[in-house]
Amino acid sequence: MTRETSSAETTAPAPWQSNDTAAYAPTQQRFDWGKALPLVGPMVLLLVWDLVVRFGLIKPILLPAPIDTLLTLINGMAGPVLLPHFWVTLERTLYAFAIATAVGMPLGIALGSNERAYRSVEFVIDFFRSTPASALIPLFLLIFGINNINKVAIAAFGAFLIVIFNCAYGVINARKQRVAAAKVMGASRWQIFKDVLFWESLQPTFVGLRSAVSMALVIVVVAEMFIGSENGLGHKIIDAQQVMNVRVMYAAIMAAGILGYALNVLFLALEKRVVHWSGR
Amino acid sequence: MNSVINGPVYADIPKPAFQPGPAGTHITIRGLTKYFAGWPLYENFDLDIPKGKIVSIFGPNGCGKSTLINMISGLVPIDKGEILFDGKSLKDTKIGYVFQNYREALFPWMRTIDNIAYPLKLEGKSKNEVDRRMEELVASFDVKFDLNRYPYELSGGQQQTASIMRALAPKPEVLFLDEPFSALDFEMTLFIREKLQEVFIQTGTTMMLVSHDLEEAVYLADQVLLLTKRPTSIAEILHYNDPRPRTVATLSEANFVATKKRSLEVFQREVRR
Repeated sequence: MTRETSSAETTAPAPWQSNDTAAYAPTQQRFDWGKALPLVGPMVLLLVWDLVVRFGLIKPILLPAPIDTLLTLINGMAGPVLLPHFWVTLERTLYAFAIATAVGMPLGIALGSNERAYRSVEFVIDFFRSTPASALIPLFLLIFGINNINKVAIAAFGAFLIVIFNCAYGVINARKQRVAAAKVMGASRWQIFKDVLFWESLQPTFVGLRSAVSMALVIVVVAEMFIGSENGLGHKIIDAQQVMNVRVMYAAIMAAGILGYALNVLFLALEKRVVHWSGR
Repeated sequence: MNSVINGPVYADIPKPAFQPGPAGTHITIRGLTKYFAGWPLYENFDLDIPKGKIVSIFGPNGCGKSTLINMISGLVPIDKGEILFDGKSLKDTKIGYVFQNYREALFPWMRTIDNIAYPLKLEGKSKNEVDRRMEELVASFDVKFDLNRYPYELSGGQQQTASIMRALAPKPEVLFLDEPFSALDFEMTLFIREKLQEVFIQTGTTMMLVSHDLEEAVYLADQVLLLTKRPTSIAEILHYNDPRPRTVATLSEANFVATKKRSLEVFQREVRR
């Protein structure tokens, strides 16, 4: 829970600020160094990486030069080395996420609006949420066999628990006063649910969806590393590692990182559009 | 079958006969009892709220001013007693409620105009009827801000104005106001206070106002209901009859000053008790 709540706080948009400050800015166009700040971290990382390789502190067999890695990444993503695997991993993640959302969201909202029902299944949800989903992969292998369904199913399961938990808590923790306001206007239980509770739960739900898509990606990549996989970024990483093709390995890791980051950014943008009142 | 031979005798204390309030009473409260954590907040509390008047509620901290209007409006369940509106129950009565915290009372996912129209939609009014009522409200409130905006895009005073419009939209029989000004700056307080007075002159809706500002409580009121510390009872009901519209000049008139002074005396007596 701590992870979800902290991310909820940090992602709340900054308070509204007047645009008037622009009027007081100096008229001459100067390069705004403030905007370049986010680039400092990656630059330093690449520099340190490069120096470490250049001075031979780590053997090139374990860590290739950053420029080589980046070129492998770009070429791989432009051709058959990484791109098909990238798409397969993305596809599995999205399938898993879609299943988790389609089942978890209605169920979570329903459980949240009936607190007694939620309390009775809370332990089960919390227990499986606390169990590393990757620990269940062999079990799912037994059930579904070594195929695509297995990977999607286990990822969907892990993501589903996050979605259901966040949706239920979103409904349970809806602002009491908005519910009271609807009640005093004569809204029925159903009207309160569809006009207030549902909307109140959207913000925590989105936090859940964002965590869920990350979780789905993590599990998909791990599942792809198991024996018998034929494609996916996880398969590519373990494959390259087995034959000591470190450049491809690093490039595949980076591709997985890019995928995770892009999904996160996408969901943040989506959340900002849908839950436009969040943090205000 | 279910009678026990020679069992102990149980007798119920007969319920006191319902005593109607004086003529012109709108809300009758009889035998109201409410416990909080095992302690009585209200015990056998009786009160008559007159129709078409503004009653301000004032009293020491924690005496349950807000709880009183929340019980009458059905937001807080009561342990015992009876509350009737012109002889009807709450279920058959249209009420409006203005919260102190407008930020958490309006729905940020609806545009402001949809917020105001929401109680009418609950009543199942047609689009035409809703539109007509919105026109009326906008005209009578002389709204200068954009009602197509979302509530969080408005200033605090505009949001509270919208809250009051929402509460008044279904033409309620009673309007409850729980410290409606205390989250506003002074300028907005004055503005909304005047709006409220205007609305009252126009509609004559019965209002119950909880306030922590004595001047404001007296300024708007026909009756000032002064409460004691808990267990809460009525310390005194002061009548204040200066004609409306009341203005800044009212604040220095003898009648106003006297009522305010008397309220303060009662309040201080109750706080020290």
